[in-house]
Amino acid sequence: MQVGIDLGSRTIKTVALKGGAVLQRRVVESGFEPHRQALQLLGDHPTARVVATGYGRHLMQQHAELDIITEIKAHALGARHLFPHCRTILDVGGQDSKVIQLSENGRIVNFQMNDKCAAGTGRFLEMMAVSLGYGLGEFGLAAGKADASTPINSMCAVFAESEVISLKNRGIPPAEIARSVHLAVASRLAAMVSKTGDCHHLVFTGGVANNKTLVAMLEMALRVPVLVPEDPSITGALGAALHAGCS
Amino acid sequence: MSNGFQVKSDPELWEKLGMDVARFAGMPPMLTNAYQNIFLSQHNRPERMAYFDDMVANIHTGRIREIYDAKQGGKPVIGTFCVYVPEELVIAAGGICIGLCGGAQGSIADAEKILPRNICPMVKSAFGFKVGKICPYFQVVDLVYGETTCDAKKKTWELLDRYVPTHVMEIPQMKRERDKRLWLDEVKDFKAAVDRITDTVADFDAVAAGIKTINAKRFALQRLNALRHHNPSPISGKDMLLIEQIAFYDEPVRFAQKVHELCDELEQRIGNGIAVAPASTPRIMVSGTPMALPNWKLHHIIESAGAIVVNEESCIGTRYYKDLIDEGATDLEQQLERLTERYMKIDCSCFTPNDDRIAQVLKEYEASGAEGIIDYCLQFCHTYNIEAVKLREACEARGIPFMSIETDYSPDDVGQLQTRVEAFLEQIRG
Repeated sequence: MQVGIDLGSRTIKTVALKGGAVLQRRVVESGFEPHRQALQLLGDHPTARVVATGYGRHLMQQHAELDIITEIKAHALGARHLFPHCRTILDVGGQDSKVIQLSENGRIVNFQMNDKCAAGTGRFLEMMAVSLGYGLGEFGLAAGKADASTPINSMCAVFAESEVISLKNRGIPPAEIARSVHLAVASRLAAMVSKTGDCHHLVFTGGVANNKTLVAMLEMALRVPVLVPEDPSITGALGAALHAGCS
Repeated sequence: MSNGFQVKSDPELWEKLGMDVARFAGMPPMLTNAYQNIFLSQHNRPERMAYFDDMVANIHTGRIREIYDAKQGGKPVIGTFCVYVPEELVIAAGGICIGLCGGAQGSIADAEKILPRNICPMVKSAFGFKVGKICPYFQVVDLVYGETTCDAKKKTWELLDRYVPTHVMEIPQMKRERDKRLWLDEVKDFKAAVDRITDTVADFDAVAAGIKTINAKRFALQRLNALRHHNPSPISGKDMLLIEQIAFYDEPVRFAQKVHELCDELEQRIGNGIAVAPASTPRIMVSGTPMALPNWKLHHIIESAGAIVVNEESCIGTRYYKDLIDEGATDLEQQLERLTERYMKIDCSCFTPNDDRIAQVLKEYEASGAEGIIDYCLQFCHTYNIEAVKLREACEARGIPFMSIETDYSPDDVGQLQTRVEAFLEQIRG
């Protein structure tokens, strides 16, 4: 039994593998004491080999006997397992966005990560949804249905919020603003992908990949198909579980 | 860990220097703490690091007292911020040349009361140290010599001049013949200014002695850098960085001697197979913008992630000591020309074109036995940041793992940088 646990900024994900098949997968809120939450999840598999990844990986290592790998390696392993030809991975999580470029045989040859700024992360989308009064799911749907958009100029989460508020106060319909926010994020992510390298066989992982409107906009911007795993948020945990098999 | 280590205090001396003593009192304990965690917790350090530990313990006291006493004895003190300012000529005129503070987050808030926020943290930190009266080095100098290597610096000097006399040397930004002539004129003006302050006229013999002294210091650093390239490394990257930082404020003759003593020990360690990390440890070279003391952020992250830093292609690093001045000049004019020639070999990113730097980085990469390059850029240092594009291309063409990071002195991106550094090490290990 191999278990991968991904302690992300918003959620903790686990994937348990046996004989190469996924036995169990779980996603829970991180809460205030992520390591307790994580230890509880691991309690389901007391004899498993465990590999942790995500922002909480070092914390986890202080509380349990396990190996760690970075989110970058974990997403690379997970994406490659699901899509064996994959050469580029875009992972957008709660706190950060990353682009990982792989060689033909799956080695990481280059990667980029957003810097301190929250632009283009799940958190950014969340903040914009809140200021428009949407839940996260309806935010994407509304953006997909809107037939117009107004350019959003600011990608700083704080300034973008003011911009959204001023657009609302100019009488622009919320769905139109939602579309604008999505377009701005898609264009930022597309630029990041293009900068890192070639975007053939692009796999989009992380919770934000559940947003179908964003995926469609990214396909438009990059002019390539974007492959999304069935459950994109567990890709990192899957990669960690796979690593537990080879370490 | 040696628990006896303590960064010392001397409020009486600080009072004489016109410092904000109440505010500065918190600085030594903070530095003590940081130094213990970052440096003294390392395993198997060379014994001769004791001298450099002591330099840190005395950074606000013993060394300042020395400089203060020399100044009372008639030796003017000149502060600088850049490896282009020729310290040889300060030594020749009987002055003391020291690099100034500019590597800490603590003084940035003072600077931001006056300066715009969106400029380089090094410039803000330095300016803040002076306006906040919280750097004994800034308080002890008679004069600051600035230069024109970047926009933030050259305009900040105009404001700094209100607090401490600040002169500016124009560094050309191309390396054509006419630029070389301009530079030689600037060097001559610099000499005249230093001679004026020190009230001497440094003659041929004095300049020859100044060149010899600083050449000897640079040579000692070259020897040390060559030894640390041995695999397994006999000294950590953090300790090496510290010595390179101390090179800017220690007395040059004593410093060179202490570096040689350390080198002798490192030779013995290499002979006996004693190292700070096993030969299998990933070896990283750092290139880019300088890391003024106490900016240990990146080195600490890299070495805490299980790698070792084996070279600094930086102004705090090889750019400062890779070239010596030809000592064969027969008259003063020739001396100044040879001096200028040496300074013109420094490949700061303020120059255009600057392909020599790319070649230099690759050369040092080979020499150091590194397995990847992390290019370090302070926020808003546009020239290094943009030059990273060419550096990346050159590395990719040769299959050298390369990562560029942009950061400042604040701790808020440490977690993110750790992830990036660890992922880079995973990339190297394959």
